[in-house]
Amino acid sequence: MNPVIVYSVVVLGLVAAGAAVILFVVANKFKVDEDPRIDEVAEMLPGANCGGCGYPGCRGLAEALVRAADKGDLGGLMCPPGGNETMARIGEYLGTAVEEAGPTVAVVRCGGSRSKAPANLEYDGPERCSIAHSLFAGENGCAYGCLGLGDCVTACDFDAIHMNSETGLPEVDEKKCVSCGACVIACPRNLIEIHPLGKKGRRVWVACMNREPGGVARKACKAACIGCGRCVKACPEKIQAITLENNLAYIDPAKCIACGLCISVCPTGAILATFEPVKPKPKADAGVTAPSAS
Amino acid sequence: MRLKTFPRGGVHPPENKISVDQAIQVLSIPSRVQLHLGQHLGAPAVATVSKGDCVRVGSRIAEGKAFISAHLHSSVSGTVAKIDDVIDASGYRRPAVVIDVDGDEWEAGIDRSPELIREIKADAETIVERIKAAGVVGLGGACFPTHVKYMFPEGRKADTVIINAVECEPYLTADHRLMLERTDEILVGVQILMKVARVERAMIGVEANKPDAIETMSRKARSLPGIEVIPLKVQYPQGAEKQLIKALLNREVPSGRLPLDVGCVVNNVGTALAVYEAVQKNKPLVERVVTFTGSHLPATGNFLVRLGVPAMEMAAHLGVEIGDDTAKVISGGPMMGKAISGLEVPVTKGTSGIVLLTEKDARRSPVQNCIRCGRCVSACPMGLEPWLLEKLGQSDRFEECDSSGAADCIECGSCSFACPSSRSLLDFIRYGKVNVMRIRAARRQK
Amino acid sequence: MSRNLVLSLSPHEKGGESVHKIMWGVVIALSPALLASFYYFGWNAMRVVILGMVFCMATEYLVQTFMMKQKSTFMDGSAAVTGLLLSFNVPASIPWWQLLVGSIVAIGIAKLAFGGLGKNPFNPALVGRAFMLASFPVHMTSWPKPLENAWSFGVDAVTAATPLGKLSEGGVSVLPELGSLDLYKDLLLGRVGGCIGETAALAILIGGIYMLFRGIITWHIPVIYLASLAATIGIFWVLDPGKYADPLFHVLAGGAMLGAWFMATDMVTSPMTPGGQVIFALGGGVICGLIRLFGAYPEGCSYSILIMNAFVPLIDRAFPPRRFGREVKHG
Repeated sequence: MNPVIVYSVVVLGLVAAGAAVILFVVANKFKVDEDPRIDEVAEMLPGANCGGCGYPGCRGLAEALVRAADKGDLGGLMCPPGGNETMARIGEYLGTAVEEAGPTVAVVRCGGSRSKAPANLEYDGPERCSIAHSLFAGENGCAYGCLGLGDCVTACDFDAIHMNSETGLPEVDEKKCVSCGACVIACPRNLIEIHPLGKKGRRVWVACMNREPGGVARKACKAACIGCGRCVKACPEKIQAITLENNLAYIDPAKCIACGLCISVCPTGAILATFEPVKPKPKADAGVTAPSAS
Repeated sequence: MRLKTFPRGGVHPPENKISVDQAIQVLSIPSRVQLHLGQHLGAPAVATVSKGDCVRVGSRIAEGKAFISAHLHSSVSGTVAKIDDVIDASGYRRPAVVIDVDGDEWEAGIDRSPELIREIKADAETIVERIKAAGVVGLGGACFPTHVKYMFPEGRKADTVIINAVECEPYLTADHRLMLERTDEILVGVQILMKVARVERAMIGVEANKPDAIETMSRKARSLPGIEVIPLKVQYPQGAEKQLIKALLNREVPSGRLPLDVGCVVNNVGTALAVYEAVQKNKPLVERVVTFTGSHLPATGNFLVRLGVPAMEMAAHLGVEIGDDTAKVISGGPMMGKAISGLEVPVTKGTSGIVLLTEKDARRSPVQNCIRCGRCVSACPMGLEPWLLEKLGQSDRFEECDSSGAADCIECGSCSFACPSSRSLLDFIRYGKVNVMRIRAARRQK
Repeated sequence: MSRNLVLSLSPHEKGGESVHKIMWGVVIALSPALLASFYYFGWNAMRVVILGMVFCMATEYLVQTFMMKQKSTFMDGSAAVTGLLLSFNVPASIPWWQLLVGSIVAIGIAKLAFGGLGKNPFNPALVGRAFMLASFPVHMTSWPKPLENAWSFGVDAVTAATPLGKLSEGGVSVLPELGSLDLYKDLLLGRVGGCIGETAALAILIGGIYMLFRGIITWHIPVIYLASLAATIGIFWVLDPGKYADPLFHVLAGGAMLGAWFMATDMVTSPMTPGGQVIFALGGGVICGLIRLFGAYPEGCSYSILIMNAFVPLIDRAFPPRRFGREVKHG
């Protein structure tokens, strides 16, 4: 036989054997014992690593879930993009009951569109809300309103929030939104909240965060909540979902029955809904928009 | 002789000192002034007057209660109209005392005569007390309460008082005019600062583009022991505290430390004058010199302005109509000043100038790719890598911002100025720095 | 005031420098060498240079517009510089289609595939040249003789070996004029065979000094590069002058001058800090010298720069600027 072939086979064989021994020793020495269930659970999660659960990525949540399951309670742990279905499957696998949470969606609490709150300043700089926020109150002068530079859009991993080029405000696509909360964290003005989706997708919210007195708020934005309190009175007595604090109305989504009564009494049109209210006032100015109504 | 300067970095923006020959004019008082409670670094002052109270010029209307804070005095006589949130330079509404003006009556005990009082009778403790009582803050722009600088921690000693008369910002001429017109008072102020700091030496750093001020100051300082006027190379940011100390004494303030750690106290030349008035004349800080300028304006000027007066009063005094050719208004100089939302914003303790820019100068050029030319690196006086910090800031990598020295940035803007690609370097460095500070503070709380 | 005021963060001043000015400044700096090339190689040089620039700018425009779907920056001058440098690095007799291939590789692959201006790790012109040298070795190494038939059409140019080529083929013995003043004069003025833009060392030097004064480059890279090349060669020359050519010859001959002044100084692919630039140039000079002395190629300049390009990210990390107030004792 050709000695070259013999030598090659022998040398390579020895190298391979040596490498195998080293690999075996090292693999054993540095082995980390890990609960195999973590891998399984991580496999069940969507794998988007959005961080909506509050853990660093899906694996982080999987570890937390397995740990919680050992204690017998998955309380509070939830994968927002995966939803109840995923959680139920994980609960079944881990043999622990899972509380069902209602579907939720992100809601933008600003109605200061280009027409309602016209710009009287011009921002020149990087397209970043966080940077504009550190510079000034905003092109329209509202220190609480949307800056319109799209930090929320950049933050969204699910392509569920987009700037409306006409209004200059972000709009949530409720079909795509998994309410992971990335936009909530990204917004320097804390304008985005996670609300329950509502029955048949009916939701009502105050699209304003301006805590200034009515006159001041109105000056910057025609659609500002002026804290008049009419909505509070309009809300059915048994429901009492609306509270007024710091010149600003707030509708508790947990209590709201989406009857739409408050919308019709709001003088500035600061309350928005995903549906056409029953008795809209014949006033043209109090226009109610229904962004992304399904 | 080679002029002293800081060793690395820096840029040379066009000087544009248009208003340099305009003597300081006293600006008339409008019918209403707005005095923000937070005109200084540190905790805002707490209002001690209420609606309807009568005040005179120099009446204390708000007290700085925290360690780092400053008192605020009424700059006019009249009645307190309201204490309410008023739009400040950033467009955000902040608490302020609004006073309706009635006459010009001063608080008793304030010496308004032009007579120069050379002899410093007060001892060091009394001087600090008086500076504090007068609400004096650094008038260079940072507005750090002056009395705090002179309350040395146990065991700390200074050997030099440095007076910052560099005025390296383009356009601004307020300090330059002060040195020409109030030389004697400034020098007494410097002596007061030397006394309170218990030092034998004071250095007044002036950029070489003010030969008349250097001449006047050095002539008058010659008879005063220990005071030295030193011309410095025209190089931005010569007036930055750490760079100035390096240029004058070749001492390097360690990262995160204060000038006192290298035995210096630095004060602005305008502050020296305010200290003179506070200590010798018992006069609180109620007015300051402000440059009103712009390359397209028919007239520019330097004004002695009462605090709380809207900036547009200066335009009115000059008879300048602010038309559509003004596209940007800056409070302070164009390198470090703040763009403000309009001329109705009141003058504060930190307003060193109001600079108006035309459309052409107001806008940034379109951002291009970084070509790695390294001009930002060679321009940075702090030896940072702005291109790297920009990248880290953009992608929210704050831990790396911290290790790359974002907290050392003095926000002088040399990097953005030098960048041929017009990148928003400082915007993102500042963004990173703010977050680094936030993270550090949170860590300290733990 | 009726208009909307502009608000932005400080600084509100902007220096006069721009990418456009820097890049076209490099083009101006290359013009003495360009004129020299016209003088020595005539129509052919003009043909190659114009084609090189047009090919590179067209590639940039077409790729950015139709493949990357973005606004093209082909007029910012960087593609023009690449085109100019690429054509400077080929013989005047190169066929147009080979130049086209080189341009597409330089702009399309070496530059735009990495994200465009400022993001390419390797000098695009050198990548283009390396690709051409590997693909078309015959055409890339037959150099027309300078001043022969420069301005006549249709006549096949007489070819001449480059001084470095001769040296590599036959050693010092085939270059009897080594050490004579005339050789250095020829090298300085460019009366030798070689690529279009690399022959006239003096013209390149003039352009380089212009860039120094204009503030486009600093002295670190070109000076250190040439010095380290000379030192590497010099060591062997001193040991055995009968076997090796002298350092001055190596500095003036071939692409060393063009490489040191215009290729190694490319800001995109060189380190940012002076310290890093010194290391970069030092390494480049040594590699170039070693390739010339012991490598298979007669010329090592372009490869030395490409190799050092690969180290730039590491050098940038290893040689950050000295931070203010960091290396002093805390009092």
